[in-house]
Amino acid sequence: MNKVIERSMIVPNMHLLEIESPQIASKVKPGQFVIVRGTDEGERVPLSIADYDAEKGTISIVFMEVGASTSVLARLKAGDEVATCVGPLGNATSIENFGNVMLVGGCYGIGSLYPLAKELKAKGNKITMVLEARSSYLIYWLKRYIPLSEKIITITRDGSMGQKGHVSRLPDVIHNMPERPDRIFVNGCTYLMAHTSEVTKDLGIPVVVNLNPIMIDGTGMCGVCRVTVGGQMKFACVDGPEFMGHDIDWKEFLARRKAYMTEETIFFRRSDAPAHNEGKCAWHE
Amino acid sequence: MNEEKTQEKTSKIDLNRRDMPRQSPEMRRNNFDEVALGYTEELALAEASRCLQCKKPRCVTGCPVEIDIPGFISCITRGDFRAGIKKLKEKNCLPAVSGRVCPQESQCESKCILGNKKAEIAIGRLERFLADWEAGQGKVDLPQKAKPTGKKVAIVGSGPAGLTVAGDLILLGHEVTIFEALHKAGGVLVYGIPEFRLPKAIVQREVDYLKALGVEVFTDFVVGKTRSIDELLEEFDAVFVGTGAGLPWFMNIPGENLNGVYSANEYLTRMNLMKGYKYPRSATPVKKHIKVAVVGGGNVAMDSARTALRMGASESHIVYRRSHTELPARAEEAENAEEEGVIFDVLTLPVAYIGDENGWVREIECIKMQLGEPDASGRRVPVEMPGSNFRMQMDAVVCAIGNSPNPLVPATTPGLDTTKRGTLVADPETGKTTRDRVWAGGDIVTGAATVILAMGAGRKAARAIHEHLTMENR
Repeated sequence: MNKVIERSMIVPNMHLLEIESPQIASKVKPGQFVIVRGTDEGERVPLSIADYDAEKGTISIVFMEVGASTSVLARLKAGDEVATCVGPLGNATSIENFGNVMLVGGCYGIGSLYPLAKELKAKGNKITMVLEARSSYLIYWLKRYIPLSEKIITITRDGSMGQKGHVSRLPDVIHNMPERPDRIFVNGCTYLMAHTSEVTKDLGIPVVVNLNPIMIDGTGMCGVCRVTVGGQMKFACVDGPEFMGHDIDWKEFLARRKAYMTEETIFFRRSDAPAHNEGKCAWHE
Repeated sequence: MNEEKTQEKTSKIDLNRRDMPRQSPEMRRNNFDEVALGYTEELALAEASRCLQCKKPRCVTGCPVEIDIPGFISCITRGDFRAGIKKLKEKNCLPAVSGRVCPQESQCESKCILGNKKAEIAIGRLERFLADWEAGQGKVDLPQKAKPTGKKVAIVGSGPAGLTVAGDLILLGHEVTIFEALHKAGGVLVYGIPEFRLPKAIVQREVDYLKALGVEVFTDFVVGKTRSIDELLEEFDAVFVGTGAGLPWFMNIPGENLNGVYSANEYLTRMNLMKGYKYPRSATPVKKHIKVAVVGGGNVAMDSARTALRMGASESHIVYRRSHTELPARAEEAENAEEEGVIFDVLTLPVAYIGDENGWVREIECIKMQLGEPDASGRRVPVEMPGSNFRMQMDAVVCAIGNSPNPLVPATTPGLDTTKRGTLVADPETGKTTRDRVWAGGDIVTGAATVILAMGAGRKAARAIHEHLTMENR
């Protein structure tokens, strides 16, 4: 069970993990996630699914190495096993022909948008990809997105690829498009999703984000993933993970996301893994 | 007639209910080891020999799983512990668990005739003694299984209801498979009830026993997500749903999403299942809290407040809106908590949580309550006292006000009817749901209740499932 088929670093600190799990592979739909535990002592980490192959019976995850638990995953080799891989959890994205859609991805989100892009394309949507990173060497999977999209826009902090800046350029980008997107999907670290939601607030375009809060069970039991959406308490694991970005209380969500940063760092320092970056998102600190 | 005779006898019998040795409060509030240490053989013999062996035992009528209580007690008196455990296991496949967490004082023991003299037999302690004695022997007797029927049963959830159904049906010759969403079997017994009240090794022992009998257990399998009930019905002849009451309630007051405000499920799962009490040797992080307020007055609230002390909190409060008399927790657990130093703020209701600039809870605002007229449950309704608001400094709040049933299975199973409260509609005698070949029991049907009631429901459902499966054969 849960045999590792492949684990490779696709760009610095960003890993692809392919796990054998025929049950999940035959069920999963875009927008869903799994909970993975590297070892028997490990913590339960929710991770978005970046690809799946029902015939081969495998699922793939793209994740960034940020702390103790992901550093365990980042050292897996083909043939190893992970203690837990459970899912598919959360609700699938509701996909229809929206017309023009824009997919904004950063960090692991560049990977987790891939199943969504394929499905949106199959439903006849015209896709504009926006990939955001600190620098050109952190952009990946362009080859996968070229056949799926009308246009790929890259935004890098240092200007080494595409437009210089970050996701706050989005209103400009949209303004210069021949056709406005009818819907925007954002996947990536919390900062990226919060920021995209903020800068698009006045555009009148629905923005769908895929939240990544701390979770334990992922089935509605613990309630640690709660988030305020439109003034109401929601559980990201069973009510989400997708919500309308403009309705989310991002300040609260960011605070909850960071709840254990100190403790994670303490554990990380005690473990064998090399310390780096203290649990923060390397791209959007 | 009988009663009179028994009355007569009481004057000669031993009214000294034997206490069970416990760790001292000062010791136990600093460790996660079990609080109650169990009877020694001498104590068990002394306690068992007090039993009057009533002709019409009232204790049995107070037991949801109808254990032959005088029967197993007389085995202890004879010193035949192996026969005693066998007798227990005829009706109860989890004696080490129920001997520890059953509310005996309101069930079997409340019916004991010696209760008139406030000296009821300590049935729970004797049950626990036998189960622990057997475990200590290192060799557990496996009962004879019935001839294989070729029928397959899927059990959804490995809590007390599911484990009971599994234990009963495997003995009747059916193939039994348990599906558990978490990575460890046991349900609330492993994620909820703390180590100091129910050591996890004991739950593991019970699960291993079922496995030895041939029960197959799949962990990390979420029915409703990994597979639906309908898909299970393609492969299995019957399905039992025992998914529990797993969706925590909050109070819908300001500040509930501040960091440091936990559901009891989260707090206890972090500590128990994820071994947070071993952090940082275990990977799941836990916060160090100084002053912890636990909202609620049930067993889960007591478990949380006592866990907080053991995690090093200098103050752990129970904040409860009614008075001490209405506490829904077992009297023994509330006493244990008090002895350990938990502070009881009764007739107190939180109205808001106040945080700092980083989103962490720092204070809780409460209002004082007074008791009004009794409500439908017979308990007096707490009424707010206007203008009595006050604040307490707290850096953590654990919300232990209850759970609603987990919606994953009902939401993904067409034709499986639910009540307004979200519980499954099921026949109280058989557990039969509104779907063909699907039974249910435990908290998913009753709403949050006790371990033994879930086991009782499991027993009834197992009987009904067996009847259904063997009926088809004819």
